[in-house]
Amino acid sequence: MNITVHTVNGAAVVAVAGRLTATGAPRLRQAVEDAVAAGTPRIVIDMSDTEFIDSSGLGALIGGLKSTRLADGDLRIAAVPEAVRRVLKLTNLDRVLREYPSAEAAFDGQ
Amino acid sequence: MTARFVLIRILALLSVLLGVNYVAWRWLASVNWEAWWIAVPLVIAETYSLIDTILFAVTMWRARDRPAPRSAPTGTADVLIATYNEPIEMVMATALAAQRIRYPHETWILDDGARPEMEAAAQAAGVGYITRSADWVGKPRHAKAGNLNNALLQTDGEFLLILDADQVPDPMILDRTLGYFADDPEVALVQTPQWFVNVDEADPLGSQAPLFYGPIQQGKDGWNAAFFCGSNAVLRRDALMQLGIVGYVRNLEQSVATALRAARRMLQRAVADRSAPPDVTAELVRLQDVVERARADAASGTPIADVTYNVHSAIQESSRRLVASDLRAARADLTAIAELPVQHDAELDAFIVDETALDALAVRELSPLGAVAAVDALIEALRIDRPDEAQPVQPLATISITEDMATAMQLHSLGWRSVYHHEILAHGLAPEDLRTMLKQRLRWAQGTMQVLLRDNPLMKKGLAAGQRLMYFATMWSYLSGFAAIVYIAAPIIYLLFGVLPVTAWTVDFFARFLPYFLINQVLFVVVAKGIRTWRGQQYSLALFPIWIKACTTAFADVVLGKSLSFVVTRKDGRAAGGPPWREIWPQLTAMALLSVALVVGIGRVIVGTGDGTGTLVNSVWVLYDLAVLSVIIQAVRYRGYTPRTLDERADV
Repeated sequence: MNITVHTVNGAAVVAVAGRLTATGAPRLRQAVEDAVAAGTPRIVIDMSDTEFIDSSGLGALIGGLKSTRLADGDLRIAAVPEAVRRVLKLTNLDRVLREYPSAEAAFDGQ
Repeated sequence: MTARFVLIRILALLSVLLGVNYVAWRWLASVNWEAWWIAVPLVIAETYSLIDTILFAVTMWRARDRPAPRSAPTGTADVLIATYNEPIEMVMATALAAQRIRYPHETWILDDGARPEMEAAAQAAGVGYITRSADWVGKPRHAKAGNLNNALLQTDGEFLLILDADQVPDPMILDRTLGYFADDPEVALVQTPQWFVNVDEADPLGSQAPLFYGPIQQGKDGWNAAFFCGSNAVLRRDALMQLGIVGYVRNLEQSVATALRAARRMLQRAVADRSAPPDVTAELVRLQDVVERARADAASGTPIADVTYNVHSAIQESSRRLVASDLRAARADLTAIAELPVQHDAELDAFIVDETALDALAVRELSPLGAVAAVDALIEALRIDRPDEAQPVQPLATISITEDMATAMQLHSLGWRSVYHHEILAHGLAPEDLRTMLKQRLRWAQGTMQVLLRDNPLMKKGLAAGQRLMYFATMWSYLSGFAAIVYIAAPIIYLLFGVLPVTAWTVDFFARFLPYFLINQVLFVVVAKGIRTWRGQQYSLALFPIWIKACTTAFADVVLGKSLSFVVTRKDGRAAGGPPWREIWPQLTAMALLSVALVVGIGRVIVGTGDGTGTLVNSVWVLYDLAVLSVIIQAVRYRGYTPRTLDERADV
């Protein structure tokens, strides 16, 4: 798994490429913590290159949501591929997180 | 299927048929209604036992020897050793054995006691060491479940072998069990037996559970309901995490709905206050709109993160606009609302609106601005992040003090499968004194009854019929305390006062009772296949005060809200203090009464006022009761395990 971070319109875009599983989850959590600490609590997880996510990966998303909200920001997910959508549905997490079509659109107008 | 399991099926079927035949006759034709006060309790107790027999027969119907896994072991593994206050040497003995497990893995000590000397010992041995993270400060700790949940976020193996501090693992434990997960991607749990080394043949405390870690688990396994027993089990991380996430979503949906409902009522009251300045009232009306819209959104399926984000932003804007108006009043109110009318019940894992607190809040007449602050605090407290919990995602169930049973039932309800692997792959230590043993049994029983009352398997969504029965069978068996009292009282009452609970001790009675009783015993013998089950039978009756206490305290906890404490079982031999008289006086009293009844009963026959057959039947019954209860005397006299040395053995 590979994580890259860049900023778009004041939001941190965290792009996750590859398989987001228990081994990668701590790194994603860390990337989110770092962005919050750097003063960008508005975070988009760009999943366009995410091949797979397991429940530990979802746990990292929820952990990230918690830390961004505590900093009065938000965590949003964008460009969700079918494989990830299936896991979101399976765990009902699609009832919590809205998917945005692209990282750029995630914080549009806000 | 082997001949033995065919025979078990035949015997199981026979004992159910004979049992129904007997108990139906008891209800329809032989209750002595003149002495209904003992006759009815007795026939109810017998019906209870019949249902127990039926559940046992259903369990045994699918008992089988499971073939070894076809696949080779694969995947990454963590070995997690949970400890709280056990001696360092004991934990290290387990940890060093865990290091020697042949399959590649990482070993971790999860020290809930956060002891510096434990950390030093772990480091010296090159074993991982985990304590609770800073997130847990001031939050519910959830005992062992919390300890494991904390470690789940700090490790990353695909499979987790969970060990209690005293359970020394065999080097082959992972090699033998991981294959099941590769065989079937839906297997979430492989449980192996618990076996105790500090127990001799006599086992006065009934520590070994060969019937449970054998035929019963094999039967449950046949129904895809092998139980998780807290230690010596391998779990699939992804399944546990999924459990945590599903639980998180459920909790969130519920908490947000509750918070919005409470917010709406608070705002209604504040708006009704005519003394408020117009700008404040306007703000409150605006917030009312926001809350209404949020409720509608949530109901129509808008993702919850969006709903809470919108409400939160609106409230922040409101407070910004209002800050100038009346800061002082708001501050005073904020102290008043420190106690929110919505509380999270950590054990129930649910949000509860405290109606009295909500009313009290209104009676205090918060200023309207205070109401805005209160709504803000309310939404804040119930935001997306479960601020009341250390971790938003809690994989191991926290609804019961026995986290294992609750967790396995959740896994089964989500469609995961479980396996019982019948081979001893870890050797542990049992309590060595009656006091500690009684505490442990009480905790198991209480936890089981908690699960029954909070998450009844007969009602739970997602379980198959067989799984429902397997969970229910274990819960049902813990109700035996009430039946035991009747079984002890009935012969005493007959021998002392000549009161008959049945119409007569006739051929009709024996012709129905004896075949039922005998086939039942034969079933037990065949099922046990040479293992000793007498201790288990004794304790299931002899601990009747414990079982009754478990039922009443669990009821008080779940229904009346009086919380139970989690007692960590001592693993280092004997607790201080003599025999626990306060816990065993009921058994001692029962034994005294039984003995007196026996003497009086025989005396009545000699002087000619007693009936011969009745006295004989009841004397045999009393002797059986005494034989069962006598285990308590043995347990009191037990001075702990003394390993025999080779020399001594040579002397024998």
